[in-house]
This record gives sequence, C-alpha cells and structure tokens, in this order.
Amino acid sequence: MLLDRAQEIAPEVLAEVRGAFPILGQKIGDHPLVYLDNSATTQKPDAVIDAVTRYYREDNANIHRGVHALSQRATSAYEDARAVVARFIGAPGPEQIVFTRGTTEAINLVAWSFARPRLKKGDVILLTEMEHHANIVPWQLVAEATGARVVPAPVTDSGEVDLEAFRSLLEHEPVALAAFVYISNSLGTVNPVETMLAAARAAGVPTLVDAAQAVSQRPIDVVALDCDFLAFSGHKLFGPTGIGVLYGKRKHLEAMPPYQGGGDMIANVSFAGTTFKGPPERFEAGTPNIAGVVGLGAAVEWFAEQPRERLWAHEDALVRRATEGLSEIDGVRIVGTAKDKASVVSFLLAEAHPHDIGTFLDAEGIAIRAGHHCCQPLMTRYGIPGTARASFSIYNTMEEADRFVKAVARVARFFS
Amino acid sequence: MDDLHELYQEVILEHHKRPRNFRALPQSTHRAAGHNPLCGDEVEVYLTVRDGRIAEVTFQGQGCAISRASASLMTEALTGKRIDEARKVFAGVKDALTGNAPEAGMDEIGELAALQGVRRFPARIKCATLPWHAFEAAVAGTKRVSTEA
Repeated sequence: MLLDRAQEIAPEVLAEVRGAFPILGQKIGDHPLVYLDNSATTQKPDAVIDAVTRYYREDNANIHRGVHALSQRATSAYEDARAVVARFIGAPGPEQIVFTRGTTEAINLVAWSFARPRLKKGDVILLTEMEHHANIVPWQLVAEATGARVVPAPVTDSGEVDLEAFRSLLEHEPVALAAFVYISNSLGTVNPVETMLAAARAAGVPTLVDAAQAVSQRPIDVVALDCDFLAFSGHKLFGPTGIGVLYGKRKHLEAMPPYQGGGDMIANVSFAGTTFKGPPERFEAGTPNIAGVVGLGAAVEWFAEQPRERLWAHEDALVRRATEGLSEIDGVRIVGTAKDKASVVSFLLAEAHPHDIGTFLDAEGIAIRAGHHCCQPLMTRYGIPGTARASFSIYNTMEEADRFVKAVARVARFFS
Repeated sequence: MDDLHELYQEVILEHHKRPRNFRALPQSTHRAAGHNPLCGDEVEVYLTVRDGRIAEVTFQGQGCAISRASASLMTEALTGKRIDEARKVFAGVKDALTGNAPEAGMDEIGELAALQGVRRFPARIKCATLPWHAFEAAVAGTKRVSTEA
C-alpha cells in the first residue's frame, strides 16, 4: 500500500508535532541532536511524560480490589487505557488486549500458552528470514520442548518475503503456526501481511503478526487483518518502555492456560487447587506496570489525534530524500530495497565499517544504529556482519535528513 | 571533533587501510577466533610459538577500523616477545584503553599508544580489545572467544 503523497504536510503542523517532544530540542556537544534511531525506540511527547508524572503525583495505588479512592482511580486509568488501545487497533473488546512488558513478552506468551500445548513432534513453526530475534528465539525454545521445527520463508535480494516460497511451505509442510513481521526493523520492508494472512488462513494455520514497527507506521485493524494474534511495544509508539500489548482472538485467549502464575490472575486459590480468571487478567500475573499502561494510553490518544496519513507521507519523503542522497555517495550500498518500505534506511559504506560510521555521526550529534539490529539470520542471508541504519519518525525534518547525508559523505571521504 | 581525531589518528587509519600481517598462517602452533556478536566482527589470530617466544603473529577477519588497526598493531608489538611479555603488553594496552595509567608507561607500549583515543568512546573499547582476547585465547588453547560470553 502506497500512501497518498500528494498531501504535503504544512511546516507549522510539523513544527507543532516536533515541538511536542521536549528531548529533541537539545544539543549533543555543539550540534543539535538529530535523532534517527526511531526503530530502536521513539521519543516521548509531553502528553505521555505528563500523564506518567500526573499518575505518580496524584493517582498512584495498586489496582483492582482496592476500596479506597486512589485504587479506584488507578484501576480506572488502567482499564481505560486498555479500552483506548483496543479501539486504536480495532479490537472488538478490551478483554482482547493483554498488557505485557513488550513485543518480546507478548510473543513468548503465545509461544508457551498457545503454541506449546498444540505442537507435536515434526510440526513446523513458519517464520521469515527477516524476523527480529524476538520472533525467532521464543519459537526455538518451544520447538526444543516439543520436537517441532522452526522454518523460515526466504527473503529476496531486495528484502521482500518470497511469497511463492511462503505459500509453498504452507502447502507442503505441516505448519502449525505462522509468525511474521509486518514491517522489518532492519530493512524497512513493509510485508504484504494481508496476502500472507490470507494464505495462512486458507491453509488453516493460526497467525501472529509482529507489529512492533508497524504500529507507528500504518493503521492497524486487527479485524480487517483477521490475524489470530498481534504484538507490539509501547516504546516504539511514543509511549514508555516496559509496556506492550498482545491482541488475541477471544476463542484463543479463553482456551489458553496462564503464562505466569501469581496475584491478580486468579479467581480462587487454595492448596487443593486454584482457578483462574478469564482473559485478559489470566495473563497479567502480579502488580502490572500501571504507570506504563497509563503512559501507553496517553501515547495512543496523542498519536490518534495527529494527522497520521500526512505524517507518514512526510516520513516516506524523508526516507526517499535520505536514500537518494546516500545513493550519490561513492561506495554506498543500500541494504533493503523493497518496493514498499517505511522509516528505515539501512546501508553500508565500502571503506567504513558501520560502527565507525556510527561513531562519526554521533560526534556530529546524529544518532543512528550500527550492527545486526537483532536480525543475525538476515545479516547472514546477505553475507554481511551488520549495517548502519537511520530510522526516521514523524518528527524528523528534511534538514535532518540532509545533515545525515552530508555527514555520511564526510565519513566516506575520511576513510577513502 | 578533537576526540574523534584522537580516536582515528593517522597511525590507526594507516593500519586500518594497510593492515600488517593480515593473512592466515597455515603452520601456526596456536590459533583462536574472536567474535563480537554485537557488531558481527570476527577476527582469527594465528601464532607460531617457538621455545616460548612468538616467532610470528598474523590475523584475518572483518571488523571496524579500530579492531583492524588494533589487530595490526598487535601483530607488530608481539612478534619476538615471550608469552609472559606479550601478556604484559596486553595488560598495558588494557590500561591505556580504560584510562588507567599504564604501569610500565607509554614508552613500553610504543605505537600501541595510538589506541588510547578509544578511552573516550566506551562503546568502542571492545572493538579494540577483540584481537587481543583472541590472542589470549590462542595461547590458552581456547578455540573461540566472544566479547559477550
């Protein structure tokens, strides 16, 4: 899906969006900060910082079963945020939103509570070669426990999932579950998840979508996608770290055993046996990250009010500008040239290692990431140790994209 | 930019672009691979030790300017040294990298002093020590060493 690029964003709208992020106004040494590490984590707007601060200053208490005013306020804030998140991704009900520590824990929860009881020896867990370690390692662990196998669908040289191979694996292998990323954190590839989900459905295979990057880059509607599970993190959606979301279909969540045991997830406890609450509480053992949930709710509300389509078009323009600029530098190789891309420009310089590029850019106040981006199998697929990666967000500017390109050109000259 | 120029000073760049002893050593008596899984850097260090003395040191692999220059400088510094002397040189380099005053003084580590600029870049210290850890592993008879294990 290509976004409508006709609507250019007005400079004052962009300035207002950027102005909402206090951290961006600082200098690193003598240089204004240029934050291009948004795939790792996004910055937080005042709305989120203030909501978390206000929660601790005014409402802090443990949730559920509290008879006092603060506990009731904290409980309301917590459950209101669940409803906000549910609406944001089109979930039919708030009970389908399980709060986790992040995408990683959400995937682990599905691996252990959903997949493990169903997996038989020889079953296949279908992934793709472009998965983040968070969508590989949990499956390897349950595969080890059950005798199942993890099989990745290959990606092409340009960084797209080989759909024919993906379909063929669904058809010819005993696939018990398919889990794949919506938008690649290392290449920026936007996968045709609708097509992939339809193929899995046709094969009767349940699905999990890793939406860690996508949740800030594309509208998410879990009913339209018709995925069985979808996972994302708050901190890549302008919210706090340590809070994430697992969406699941009701029929699955209701049938799944608990992931962890503890307080708040039980209906009744005795030494003769314990009964559990229904979803989502069944999967939220212990005192949760209440402030994180409040912050995530504030982040979602803030983001939902922004002119998202136009901001995404602006982000696409930043990616194009940076890609074109880099392509004019001798020795640059862009890694990941899929037709549909979002946010990310991963690249290599012939003469300079990604870490040297990262150190040089940092000295000019430009934050990028260098390394394998938690995608070692993908780096192996391309025969490279890693890449330098600039990842843009809605608050970045054309001037920043240009400063980044000029700085890379200086690095290239320095090492040539 | 001053810190940056101290990090990437002439000696470092020169060794990065024209690394010394950059080859495999088929007749080596000791060898080990150093791996930094965080950046994917791999360095293989080869030694020929005769009568307790390092007759030859070479390396191969891929890495950033810092790790490659450090490996290249290391091969020059360790050639001809006894094993215990070589270990002492590494101790001196470690001190230089972490900002502790080198016990034996900078004179002792000679050209290796060029690596000192790394001390202002904590994220890069492992780049510089990787080949040295591979050297230590080779001497100890370990085949593989990782910065993260």
